[in-house]
Amino acid sequence: MADIAVHAPDTGDHGHDDHGGHDDHGAHHTSTGLSNNKMAMWMFLGSECLLFGGLISTYMLYRGRHSENLGPDQIYDIPFTSVSSFVLLMSSLTMVLAVSAAAQDDDRNTNLWLTVTALLGATFVGGQVYEFTAFYQEGLGFTTSLFSSSFYTLTGFHGVHVTVGVIMLLATVGMVRRNRIPGQKSEVVELVGLYWHFVDVVWIIIFTLVYLIPS
Amino acid sequence: MSTTTEHVEHAEAEAHGHDAHSSHKSTGYYVKVALILAAFTALETTTYWWPKSAHTLAMVTLFSMMAIKFVMVVSLFMHLKFDNKIFSWLFYSGLVLAVLVYCAFLACFQFFSS
Repeated sequence: MADIAVHAPDTGDHGHDDHGGHDDHGAHHTSTGLSNNKMAMWMFLGSECLLFGGLISTYMLYRGRHSENLGPDQIYDIPFTSVSSFVLLMSSLTMVLAVSAAAQDDDRNTNLWLTVTALLGATFVGGQVYEFTAFYQEGLGFTTSLFSSSFYTLTGFHGVHVTVGVIMLLATVGMVRRNRIPGQKSEVVELVGLYWHFVDVVWIIIFTLVYLIPS
Repeated sequence: MSTTTEHVEHAEAEAHGHDAHSSHKSTGYYVKVALILAAFTALETTTYWWPKSAHTLAMVTLFSMMAIKFVMVVSLFMHLKFDNKIFSWLFYSGLVLAVLVYCAFLACFQFFSS
């Protein structure tokens, strides 16, 4: 009996469900019994590993191709980047607290933590803009060397991902506030959270491989 | 009747590999995880000033810390540890594929031999 309840075929009557494809226990009326949105997000994140893998590999290959006074050892400001890393790490904490609050239908705390996460993300992006400006003023342009091209491409792509994440967070705050989220609210917040944590995970790798490993 | 309902709920939770009560931990739990991650980041940062004679130890420390932090965020913050195994397969298959493809790519450019 339980088996029938769990693996009930998709009858296509999602529109009759008040929770947008979920029954009262949070089950999903899909052929797998799992949320298609969540599965799509995990597949997307798996494919993003290939994108960042390519960018990181290219950087590793070209990190030694630079002029004498404009290499990683001369320009990186490790204390500054460490603080940026700490800020992004803490944004993962606030994001997981937002997901937890959304699971408990606590709109107030969901919005609070989502906003704090967006602010921390914006702080990180601001730090990256400052870092890029400082490097440029020191003479490290995008086409100065293979090292600079691969560095700006890798960290720039990550910065764009963080910026997109901040936009997603702010949009979610607006939608939660106006009660305009279609389907289950907690799942939408969880999906945004998965993207945000992935961005943090990528930075964990970039911080170690790009900034901390001596060339 | 209530026993049947409980049985169905339990079966659903098992089928999802996702127990709503176990996947979302307390605030204190997440703060503890974040503090551990912050401590690892601090340790990583200190390796930048370690003497050159400790290069091998610094490398081992950096790669270990990076792997531990990665697994902690993915398993605990992204709830992959508590979620259905299909999600783990989807993510880790992409990750493993990326690592293998780019190791081969780097090997083609004699990255490891130099």
